[in-house]
Amino acid sequence: MDPVILSRWQFGITIIYHFFFVPLTLGLGVFVAIMQTMYYRTGNETYNKMTKFWGKLFVINYAMGVVTGIVQEFQFGMNWSEYSRYVGDIFGAPLAIEGLLAFFMESTFLGIWLFGEGKLPRWIHLATIWMVAIGSTLSAFFILVANGFMQHPVGYVIVDAANRAELVDFLALLSNPKSLLFFWHTISSGFATGALFILGISSWHLVRKQADQIFKKSFALAAIIGVIAVASVGLAGHSQGQEMRKYQPMKLAALEAMWESEQPASFSLLTIGDMSGKKEIWSLRIPYVMSFLACNNFSCGLKGVNELQAEYQKEYGPGDYIPLMIVTYWSFRLMVGSGLVMLAVMFYALYLLWKKWPAKWMKWLKWMPLVIGLPLLANSTGWLLTESGRQPWIVQGLLRVEDGVSPNLTNGMILFSLIGFFVLYSVLIFADVYLLAKFARVNPDLEIKESEEITPSISGSGY
Amino acid sequence: MSHELLQTIWFILIAILWMGFFFLEGFDFGVGMLLPILGKNDIERRAIINTIGPHWDGNEVWLVVAGGATFAAFPHWYATLFSGFYVALFLLLVGLIIRGVGFEFRSKDQNPKWRSLWDWCIFLGSALPALLLGVAFANLTKGVPINANMMYTGNFFTLLNPYGLIGGLSLVAVFLFHGLNFLNLKLTGDLLERSRKLAPKVWVGAFVFLSSLVIATLLITDGYAKRGAVAFIFPLLALLTLLLAGILLQKKREGWSFALTGISVILIPVTYFLIMFPRVMVSSTDPNFSLTISNASSSAYTLNLMSIVALIFVPLVLGYQIWSYWVFRKRLENDPKNFHY
Repeated sequence: MDPVILSRWQFGITIIYHFFFVPLTLGLGVFVAIMQTMYYRTGNETYNKMTKFWGKLFVINYAMGVVTGIVQEFQFGMNWSEYSRYVGDIFGAPLAIEGLLAFFMESTFLGIWLFGEGKLPRWIHLATIWMVAIGSTLSAFFILVANGFMQHPVGYVIVDAANRAELVDFLALLSNPKSLLFFWHTISSGFATGALFILGISSWHLVRKQADQIFKKSFALAAIIGVIAVASVGLAGHSQGQEMRKYQPMKLAALEAMWESEQPASFSLLTIGDMSGKKEIWSLRIPYVMSFLACNNFSCGLKGVNELQAEYQKEYGPGDYIPLMIVTYWSFRLMVGSGLVMLAVMFYALYLLWKKWPAKWMKWLKWMPLVIGLPLLANSTGWLLTESGRQPWIVQGLLRVEDGVSPNLTNGMILFSLIGFFVLYSVLIFADVYLLAKFARVNPDLEIKESEEITPSISGSGY
Repeated sequence: MSHELLQTIWFILIAILWMGFFFLEGFDFGVGMLLPILGKNDIERRAIINTIGPHWDGNEVWLVVAGGATFAAFPHWYATLFSGFYVALFLLLVGLIIRGVGFEFRSKDQNPKWRSLWDWCIFLGSALPALLLGVAFANLTKGVPINANMMYTGNFFTLLNPYGLIGGLSLVAVFLFHGLNFLNLKLTGDLLERSRKLAPKVWVGAFVFLSSLVIATLLITDGYAKRGAVAFIFPLLALLTLLLAGILLQKKREGWSFALTGISVILIPVTYFLIMFPRVMVSSTDPNFSLTISNASSSAYTLNLMSIVALIFVPLVLGYQIWSYWVFRKRLENDPKNFHY
């Protein structure tokens, strides 16, 4: 064990945990805003109940996203102080802008939305939930601008006197192709996550034939937005493959476990490596497919891991420039695999809508709650792929992970916080899932009747 | 603008972010700590939480933005401070996590054990961050061991020196009083009576602690040596406003008491920042190793860029946050019929 490994584990665990909640916040927020807009425009009580029902789940999830997000902002300084010194001139700016522009907005307006019903004109109350949704989307953008820089640094110069990288072109940073593609990919998967969440829970109620109106409408909205979202995730991912060939060829080769350069390149159906994860034993491959994924044609060549390793050694000096293949290879397959299953689920959902709920197909509905887990798996493995594929770099080509860690930390200190976060986060996930499951199973038709007896509150309900 | 001017502006801006945070989160930390003390039953505790319900999250962002602004404007300050105060910041994060989750989770289940668990999380999650931030600021100003490479060479217990602890406890006491003043403006009925009765007692504690902090600051830090009389004026003003707040509270001028306590709360970071300037972290190892606005800062390009962003968005944020307080300006009706869970 050394501080680098421990700090990496801590960052990995806390960020993946954080990322369980973020995509759902991104997607569900917009869904709730759309529902409230429909209620505002039609006055149809069903939309009001939908807003309340999904809004409550949104808030439970949102709270977890916020509190685990603060940890991320602090950790760059806590565990990665040398990284912060080296690129803080560039990396700090999007983080600070995220706080000032986006996080203030979503947090303040969420408070107003939660407690402001009945105190504000209806259209202003509606506007506040849109501000929350816009705020979290902006927040995602600036975080991905920061992350894009780690994958493909742009808009900077190295200043030897200061021994760091400095920002010279903010617009280049904002329009980093890596960040823009990340943003497209992440926002789409946020919508997909929200859509499958709604589909899964709606199906649970539809099977039990309760609050039919509410959940058929929710199901329809989620299916239509969801199919677009899932397709959009795939398209973005495809574009990312092409761009990866240019800027991070090692990551591309590693996610394919492709040791030798190939032209045209084949796609691996199954590759078995040795225990080190750094050597191929056996592989089953489909020809041409990888060339298509990476270049949109069936003939382009892709560099293999060995050739890239030799190139990097020449450029950056001796060292191991190969990411942990077993992680990149399998996380890529799990991500794409769950994406494909999601697409199938979406077509099933659309078919139900198109045929007006055919009895013959309805029996599959009871399995739908399981699909809520698919986007969570895809989101986590996607994140794992993109960050572990960057190894050994903390900023691609500029700074290695081991050079970014805080030099003053002892193993004991990091173990203390690592175990602390692990225990706390484990307890919280139980509480969170318990509450989500509890409120997801509430019959909104019954609940509204109950609360009608209570006069609207001056303090707001804080649901 | 020159680089030096930009660095000074960002030093002041970060100070302003901390002032905003102390003022706003000050009373909601106070309310959080008062939750199990004032709230005798579940309904009362819900009423207390609802006074800050719409605001606590927005208030907390001031801390997040202060952190982000430090990262962007003074990367070395951010790096040395956050890696150096590692254990303290971890505990601070734990506090903020259980507090934030507590607010959202506590009323979503009827089980009294569930509610009491989260109520204590809110209490602890309010007291611990207040204490730790107080300890951190006192140490930043007094000086901590930092070597020539801007690396903190102490440990967590280095921070828990008498001056640090006075700083921490004073902040807890002043925030408690600030929270009571806020509750005096927000509550009704029995709960209000109890809050009014408790306020003078807490005021005595806050005044004693703040007095000792002021004396200790003048004796222990190099504020007087560096700044002369100015180093006296602001901490004494903090004491004076707190004194006035106590007097006006006796005369039932609760609005004034809240405002004056708020000024006193704001003057705490003002004093610290004033003594530190132009340093941002004082080194007790060698004064030459101190981090300053010039050796810790970002490039002129980044500071210029961030200045433009701040110029546009800080007024906007202030605008909608003030509006949010205006929306919820009324007293809370302490009637269970008026808020469901």
